[in-house]
Amino acid sequence: MRPTDLSLAQARLALDARQISARELTQAYLDAIAALNPRLNAYITVTAEAALTAADAADQKLAAGHGGPLEGIPLGIKDLFCTAGTRTTAASRILGDFTPPYESTITRQLLRDGAVFLGKLNLDEFAMGSSNATSAFGPVENPWSRRNDPDTRLVPGGSSGGSAAAVAARIALGATATDTGGSIRQPAAFCGVAGIKPTYGRCSRFGVVAFASSLDQAGPIARDVMDCAVLLRSMSGFDPQDSTSVEMVVPDFAAAVGRGVRGMRIGIPREYRMAGMPAEIEALWQQGIAWLRDAGASIVDVSLPHTKYALPTYYIVAPAEASSNLARYDGVRFGARVAGSDLTELYEKTRAAGFGAEVKRRIMIGTYVLSAGYYDAYYLKAQQVRALIKRDFDLAWQQCDALLTPATPSAAFGLDEKQDDPVAMYLNDIFTVTANLAGLPGMAVPAGLDGQGLPLGLQIIGRPFDEEGVFAVAGAVERAAGFSARPGVIA
Amino acid sequence: MSVDIATIKRVATLSRIHVEPAALPGLAREINAILGWIEQLSEVDTTGVEPMAGGGATALRWRDDVVSDGGQAEAILANAPDREGEYFGVPKVVE
Repeated sequence: MRPTDLSLAQARLALDARQISARELTQAYLDAIAALNPRLNAYITVTAEAALTAADAADQKLAAGHGGPLEGIPLGIKDLFCTAGTRTTAASRILGDFTPPYESTITRQLLRDGAVFLGKLNLDEFAMGSSNATSAFGPVENPWSRRNDPDTRLVPGGSSGGSAAAVAARIALGATATDTGGSIRQPAAFCGVAGIKPTYGRCSRFGVVAFASSLDQAGPIARDVMDCAVLLRSMSGFDPQDSTSVEMVVPDFAAAVGRGVRGMRIGIPREYRMAGMPAEIEALWQQGIAWLRDAGASIVDVSLPHTKYALPTYYIVAPAEASSNLARYDGVRFGARVAGSDLTELYEKTRAAGFGAEVKRRIMIGTYVLSAGYYDAYYLKAQQVRALIKRDFDLAWQQCDALLTPATPSAAFGLDEKQDDPVAMYLNDIFTVTANLAGLPGMAVPAGLDGQGLPLGLQIIGRPFDEEGVFAVAGAVERAAGFSARPGVIA
Repeated sequence: MSVDIATIKRVATLSRIHVEPAALPGLAREINAILGWIEQLSEVDTTGVEPMAGGGATALRWRDDVVSDGGQAEAILANAPDREGEYFGVPKVVE
């Protein structure tokens, strides 16, 4: 067995038992990165030397018997998390060589628990996208390909495309990610790995480059449900530096993974049955329902009547918040600058050169919907519909404990497909975006393959702060699915 | 509501993003397609619905109004594209 074959949970046991050293494990991942990253482009920055130094320190702690919960575990960090002393780009030209003088709370907690950072992972620019194609550092390739069409390169999804591709190809044992409309769950589903967006407020947003602050939430992408549970525990917890961080005890998520679903009521939202949905997605969903029923859950038909308005609502709320958040990139305090004859010209030229097309589009839409005369018709209206979407869920929780839905409306698509039509691209998040608007935990679990041999995922949505319930259902789906397929590009 | 070229130009100015005149019609087309799709929200009856701002269910926390950090000019200026002493450098603002 090669070191990269070990899951995170298995690697912890092997490290504790000194069957493998942290240095050996880290070196195996660095070798895999050197071999596969030139093709996949999952990493923007690889911090090999720092990783080996951290691995040696981890080995000393393990030898002394006081390793942390993630001691010696090699992780990739989405390049949206500020890492002290390591360039942080948000996959945008506008950040230039920005090197944060401080550490995000989540990465600080991972370091506290002994994790080893391999480098910074590629993403859609400022996390705006569903294919990783908007990155200023080039697209990421999905390690999976179609059985009958192996030469067409597929997208890994987005925005956490680098995170999902790296975990699937085993060039990271786990990864941090963020999810504003589906950016953890959609790429996890496209790459055949697991990912959870926890409840809004569960993980600190301090030091995470902001996109849409009322929707952004960080979480892990990892090989399986248990690995996600282990990582989420280290990432979670109250942080006084984020005013939306919630002061609540962090449960032992791992203990919930094997709990089972006997007696649980699983809601099936009828509005998620979309016209034109591929038959394979519908069949997988039905299979998932059968698995949970067989495992002892009762299945309940529920209604979320405002589902069809979730994406249009999102495309007002998210750009509005983004236009405000991204005002800070002005070429004055940090990042790249293009000179101008006066300050206004400096701003306008810097932002024109620094932002990519999709980011500019969203800033301008956000500026428009917030501008005088349009605020009520667009922004206020969207906030009201958002309240109705949340109320749909509040009512559903009177009938069920968790929801089961497809994770995405399709399998991974080609790098050249859907890129010309923003609205077609936005529809990728149709099943995931509701959980962001309502602030709920949602998880994607690989559950099967389509006819072309590409992974498909199921999504579990839970009540606020009931990640344990989500993990229980996800664990049951994972055990029933027995998903063991592997991508063509793998360490 | 359809957005014309003049409006796109104004939004670009408000956004502090320079847009070449030749790029304005294409941008207007894209933004109109997105706004047209968003328009469907007008069919939802939101009479009397309290708008939802923020992502959490709980009220924001208060903290003591005290200085908790500071005195880090060097760390803050370390990433500045231009600086003069302990200040950010910009083109002349006042004639």
